[in-house]
Amino acid sequence: MTQIIFITADEQEHVLEADSGSLMELAVANNIAGIDGDCGGVCSCATCHVHIAPEDKARVGEASEIEADMLELAENVTENSRLCCQIAISDKLEGIRVTVAEG
Amino acid sequence: MSDDNQASTAASGGCPFSHSQGVGEFADAFATVRSQQGTMDIDDQNDPVKMVLGLKSVRKAAHNWKTFQSGAIPGRIVVPSEVAIRTIRQLPFELDPPMHGDFRALLEPWFKRPLEPAYQDKLITTIHRLLDNVQNKEVDAVSDIALVLQSQALTTLLNVPFAESDTWISWGTHVFRSEDNPLDADKANILYDYLDEQINRARKTPSDDVYSLLCSAEVAGKKLTHDEIKGIMVLTFAGGRDTVINMLTNTLAYFADYPNTLALLRDKPEFITSAVEELVRYFSPLTHMGRVATQATEVEGQAVDQDSRISLCWASANRDERVFENPNEVDVTRKMNPHVGFGFGIHTCLGAHHARTLLRLWIQALIERIDMISVGDFEENVEVWAGESDTVERKVGFHALNLTLKSIADKQ
Repeated sequence: MTQIIFITADEQEHVLEADSGSLMELAVANNIAGIDGDCGGVCSCATCHVHIAPEDKARVGEASEIEADMLELAENVTENSRLCCQIAISDKLEGIRVTVAEG
Repeated sequence: MSDDNQASTAASGGCPFSHSQGVGEFADAFATVRSQQGTMDIDDQNDPVKMVLGLKSVRKAAHNWKTFQSGAIPGRIVVPSEVAIRTIRQLPFELDPPMHGDFRALLEPWFKRPLEPAYQDKLITTIHRLLDNVQNKEVDAVSDIALVLQSQALTTLLNVPFAESDTWISWGTHVFRSEDNPLDADKANILYDYLDEQINRARKTPSDDVYSLLCSAEVAGKKLTHDEIKGIMVLTFAGGRDTVINMLTNTLAYFADYPNTLALLRDKPEFITSAVEELVRYFSPLTHMGRVATQATEVEGQAVDQDSRISLCWASANRDERVFENPNEVDVTRKMNPHVGFGFGIHTCLGAHHARTLLRLWIQALIERIDMISVGDFEENVEVWAGESDTVERKVGFHALNLTLKSIADKQ
């Protein structure tokens, strides 16, 4: 099992575990505030916006062009923004801390 | 709202020997004009509209609510314009921030109820009871299935007695327009009079329905006026009427033509979620929605005058070949699907949770119970968008679609 830590707007840390699926699916299954995943993970709604710590960006990987285009028009976007429906859970994410974006 | 689009001309089909072929095809009506011009200028009651056709331009314009406003005079952002036939402002979609956000915040929790298991259980019961009544005999998918299910499911969204759906069904599919005139104000009065009654009833005897919630609610520290409540309810009724009816009917037409897709989902129900998004992209039940420019600007490199109209053409954007691979094919396993079938930006469809849930549960019931769908006579609902140099005909659904849902149990 891979441990994933979500940090919500109230600064609470939520320590979750999974070995498959996407970060969005894990967050929705655990009612993480601010992650809605309305479209079910096909990159059309931008309701699963998170910020990745700069030191973790390499192991998470780059956004695709379609995801980057969606992020361009999202609220509170930074260079660390990702839509977490597009991040698959694997061993290499062990212990990662992702911050739920506001808005 | 704009569910009642351009006067629809009837294209008919229905040869008894070659029927189902093509009934599930919905062509990309805007392909040529999108690739050649990026926009299309149409007239509408002497208030022209520049339709924006590419996905990225549609998203940018939808995002830019300061330049492309929704809070114009009531009815103007709808195409064809309803300025001449109504004064009620539909809420929250004919508002701009900050008022838009205040109304949206009031309504969001109510419109998220479709995510709750108890809500879904009600819809499942409704769906199976309907299938009991319509399977294994020829029925009209529009009036006997889609209109009925849309109306019955709406009782769950509004949390009103199930029997109210009988009234809404009796209005027929064209409650907000007459057959020969899409801008017939008398038709809209049926709904307006009904809503006046319901709001007045809720004020006298509150219950746990949506009218009572709105009668007791406050926005920005003030109780809602009668017309504000009415504006919210008109949008809820009108916005979710033709759109949902087309979504449900077209899904049956598609599965009739492509039984392998129904079989695939039966084998792999984990793809139902992506199938819902893909069908909404492919059908795009709402063709477009307008905005009014608050300043002189441009889209797709073309000038837009201050106080002129553009429209965000969701249907065209959803077939943009620069974004979607094989845009004219339905791929229910499509992983990346950044469609705008529910709009984009702050005004995204408030009823999307309800619509997605209803379509998901409808497909779930179909794969459990229906072996195949055979099609008889049908009449397509084709919108005509007449531009200065181009005329686009878009099949958005059906006026009638006779079909038989053959049950799995009946086969065995």
